[in-house]
Amino acid sequence: MKKKKLLLSLAAGIIIVSGSILMAADHIDAPAVTGQASDITDVYVFRGQNTDNIVFVANTQGLLSPDATANAKFDENTMIEFNIDNNGDAVEDLVIQCVAKNGKMKVYGPFKPNEPGTTSYLGINNFTAQVDITPYGQPAIIGEQKGVKVFAGPRDDPFFFDFVRYSQIIGGTAASFNETGNDTFAGTNVLGLVVEVPKSMLGGNGSINVWAESKEKVSGR
Amino acid sequence: MKKNNILSIRKISIVAVAVFTLSACQKNLQENENYNRLNTETASKGTPPFAERYEQRDQMGRPAINTVFVGAMRKNEFNTTVPSQMDAAFRTEFVNKLNAFGYTTNILGLNADAFAGVLATDVLGASTTGVTTFFDGTNVLTGRALGDDVIDVELTLIFGGATGGSNPGLTSDNVNNNDKPFLASFPYMASPF
Repeated sequence: MKKKKLLLSLAAGIIIVSGSILMAADHIDAPAVTGQASDITDVYVFRGQNTDNIVFVANTQGLLSPDATANAKFDENTMIEFNIDNNGDAVEDLVIQCVAKNGKMKVYGPFKPNEPGTTSYLGINNFTAQVDITPYGQPAIIGEQKGVKVFAGPRDDPFFFDFVRYSQIIGGTAASFNETGNDTFAGTNVLGLVVEVPKSMLGGNGSINVWAESKEKVSGR
Repeated sequence: MKKNNILSIRKISIVAVAVFTLSACQKNLQENENYNRLNTETASKGTPPFAERYEQRDQMGRPAINTVFVGAMRKNEFNTTVPSQMDAAFRTEFVNKLNAFGYTTNILGLNADAFAGVLATDVLGASTTGVTTFFDGTNVLTGRALGDDVIDVELTLIFGGATGGSNPGLTSDNVNNNDKPFLASFPYMASPF
């Protein structure tokens, strides 16, 4: 565990340019969990190839070099939870919980949690689908059960931003962006988690609010 | 025109959600609720819990909100504040940050306080009936697709002034695409390097 964190910090360190602290989208916004399995880098929500479905993406462990990617693993004590508010009050009405267990990513829900907020209980009665976590260098393995698709494994970081130049602007050493930007996230990977769900499971009346949370197991089996 | 579109979209959704009620899923939801309540009660009594309990460490709705608007001392706090309380807890800090950027208004016609109010509740709106995009010239905040240039949208909203045309050197980072093409089908994201 510690070794993994060390490798990740090392990987992040190599990419830190000119002393600027690398952070963007939500990359490394969380001092308490930076570089850990619970550090969410980005969230995406969009309709699927089948437009009756919505796709939820949460990426973690940003700025992985190819070498570091081979060693990156989902942490079995970290839950990634998609929170879905379907009545506009910014309180979750449904959650989709994702937890790695024995080389598989397991998906629970969407289901209504007993209580909203920062504490969650694994919805073991709401198991929906699972998939083998795709090893680095292997074709994507896709799980599908009950109409829910799931993928978990390394992916190219879809985020793009000239964060180095942005940092220079904010730091007062540059006045504007370059005419040709340089994608700070080019060539780096994340651990990707993708869950595709039929819209009929999400409730709401035309729109939902979504946010992703990482949560750490503090008790239970 | 864009402003009106956005305002009307927001109003429509507020009205729509007000009349929405759960129906078909009610029974299943009730069963789940009972189950979860049992676990919660068991856990709170100090007996060996049946359920795995998890505590929050990080959260995110829209891109770069915490990164840009929350000061270093409060980033962890932002990550564990429930979204329904973010506005009350963080709006002032967001207004101060906008003022520090020289912000007065934007293409949505929002003053600093109103814009901070939109930003501070860090949830990502998504349409379940139409196009899902951060901004495509017509639709605003109806989701976030992999290829959306969210940074340019946010830079324009912060630095672009009433027309979006102010500070042209600050409203685009001039990185417009990912370094790998996305996939048309599941899992959509490109294979790793």
